[in-house]
Amino acid sequence: MLTMIFKRLATAIPSLIGVVVVTFVLTRTLPGDPGAYFAGPAATPQAIQEIRVKLGLDKPLIEQFGNYVVDLAHGNLGTSLTTGQPVATELCNRLPASAELTLLGLMVSILIAVPLGILAATKPNSMIDHACRIVSTLGVSLPVFFTGLILIYVFYYLTGWAPAPLGRLDVFYTDPPHVTGFFLIDSLIADQPEAFVAALKQLILPALTLGVFSLAPIARMTRASMLAVLSSDFIRTARASGLSRSTVIITYAFRNAMVPVITTLGMVFSFLLGANVLVEKVFAWPGIGSYAVEALLASDFAPVQGFVLTMAVLYVMLNLIIDVLYGLIDPRVRLEA
Amino acid sequence: MTDLAITSAPERSPSALYRQVRYVLGENPVTLVAFVLFVLIVLAAVFGPHIVPYDPLVSDTAEALKPPNAHHWFGTDQLGRDLFSRVVVATRLDSLIAVASVALVFLMGGLAGVAAGFFGGWTDRIVGRVADTIMAFPLFVLAMGIVAALGNTVQNIVIATAIVNFPLYARIARAEASVRREAGFVEAARLSGNSDWRILACQILPNVLPIMVVQMSLTMGYAILNAAGLSFIGLGVRPPTPEWGIMVAEGAQFMVSGEWWNATFPGAALMLAVFCFNLLGDGLRDIIDPRRRT
Repeated sequence: MLTMIFKRLATAIPSLIGVVVVTFVLTRTLPGDPGAYFAGPAATPQAIQEIRVKLGLDKPLIEQFGNYVVDLAHGNLGTSLTTGQPVATELCNRLPASAELTLLGLMVSILIAVPLGILAATKPNSMIDHACRIVSTLGVSLPVFFTGLILIYVFYYLTGWAPAPLGRLDVFYTDPPHVTGFFLIDSLIADQPEAFVAALKQLILPALTLGVFSLAPIARMTRASMLAVLSSDFIRTARASGLSRSTVIITYAFRNAMVPVITTLGMVFSFLLGANVLVEKVFAWPGIGSYAVEALLASDFAPVQGFVLTMAVLYVMLNLIIDVLYGLIDPRVRLEA
Repeated sequence: MTDLAITSAPERSPSALYRQVRYVLGENPVTLVAFVLFVLIVLAAVFGPHIVPYDPLVSDTAEALKPPNAHHWFGTDQLGRDLFSRVVVATRLDSLIAVASVALVFLMGGLAGVAAGFFGGWTDRIVGRVADTIMAFPLFVLAMGIVAALGNTVQNIVIATAIVNFPLYARIARAEASVRREAGFVEAARLSGNSDWRILACQILPNVLPIMVVQMSLTMGYAILNAAGLSFIGLGVRPPTPEWGIMVAEGAQFMVSGEWWNATFPGAALMLAVFCFNLLGDGLRDIIDPRRRT
């Protein structure tokens, strides 16, 4: 088991190197001369040259890359021009908000997609099967920001069930004491049930938006893999032995069908992390996505690059976890390794 | 997979193709709906600016924020511009961005993938490494980073959308090409003295093309979403240009005060376009490659 994890860790290293190289290249292809850009429009050629030297832009590319890697190793992602704060600190402060939203979105999408896929597979070509197909096609067709706005209109403006889409907590509440950074968990630790409910209310709509967008791959894979498993010999044997329908489907088929579904989670996370940026903008969510968008519009590039790098590293890590999980669930993967 | 199954598809006669198209459309009426939608989109893209009742850029403050009515079918926005005209006119720009980016990735990814699958070795390794590196990013995030680095223009949105789709095309083209590398007709072409490049261009490419066309249709929806998402966060297209993503962004603030039409109509247009291409892609796949039907 440990060897498998180490082998998988080793395969993640080229991905990480690729990510660092790409973010470096993105930094160097800034439109125009970065020195002139940072110096401002009124700078003299001499001032621009000074800034180039200060930023290390006069050195050969290889050396610049070396410095970039050294900076990264020290956790230095540069400084934001607009806020004057180190990018790494701001990303760290905002990451829990994004993580909480993304994970809840994933939970919503699994909770809808898996039962839908199972039901569709047990009754192919029934109403529920068509419903599964329509929901998953709609899910990928609806622009995620549009879904969010429709939900806001219906549940905030029309019915008033949801609170105003402005951040993580209503203004009447103070943030729970910081432990994990997840408001749902922190409010429980601090024993503030009202804050928990308020935080949950703020989370439901954005999480639902993310869930709807990302459920299609899970629903399709669950359906396909359940169909394959249900037609296999051991299911026929289980049925012939007189086991109840629910035992056959849940204990025998479902557990085997889940293995391929786990592999689609990689794609689901790509959807979720990307859509996160848009959802954060729609719901004024103070996460790393909205931070990057604000910086992008202010032409403040260090936060954007820090954000792209953070997201990519997170994504590589998530894929790693998914692979290890896969090995834990399916012994065959372990034996092959 | 046998060689027979691979080579039989292109030899179909036109009437058989027509019969199959009719069969698929009859079997799956949804594809027909998608096709009708597609025709509407093309018409709006080509004739849009000539048929709309109002100039999409001219504001009329007396008519600002009016709900849908007989004069303004989709209502008017905060500057009194006619939303119906804007939504229709925007079709051209949105389609152009999507078509351009898909065509670009079709060239880059298709050629790189076919070369990787056919030559193997170093070509394969380099293409594979590039694709893996792109796949290591959440795609929308990478697109944001590329637009930020290259500069905030529509052209760069096209490039970014093409780059994030590269791995998909490269992989499919590679798989299709490597299956055919040892096929009988390729061996025959080689024995009759054709060079590698000639085989690639005359034997492999035409066979890979149908699958790639299906892929184009399937990714067109994603390309539209990706481009609209980028312009929603304020990249690429600038106001007052009518474009669906930016129109939804402009209308977003009115959603909480009840003026729903501002964001809903461009959003619905966007959704229909993506929906149309997704369904069309599924339908095309059924016609071109019946073995992959699910």
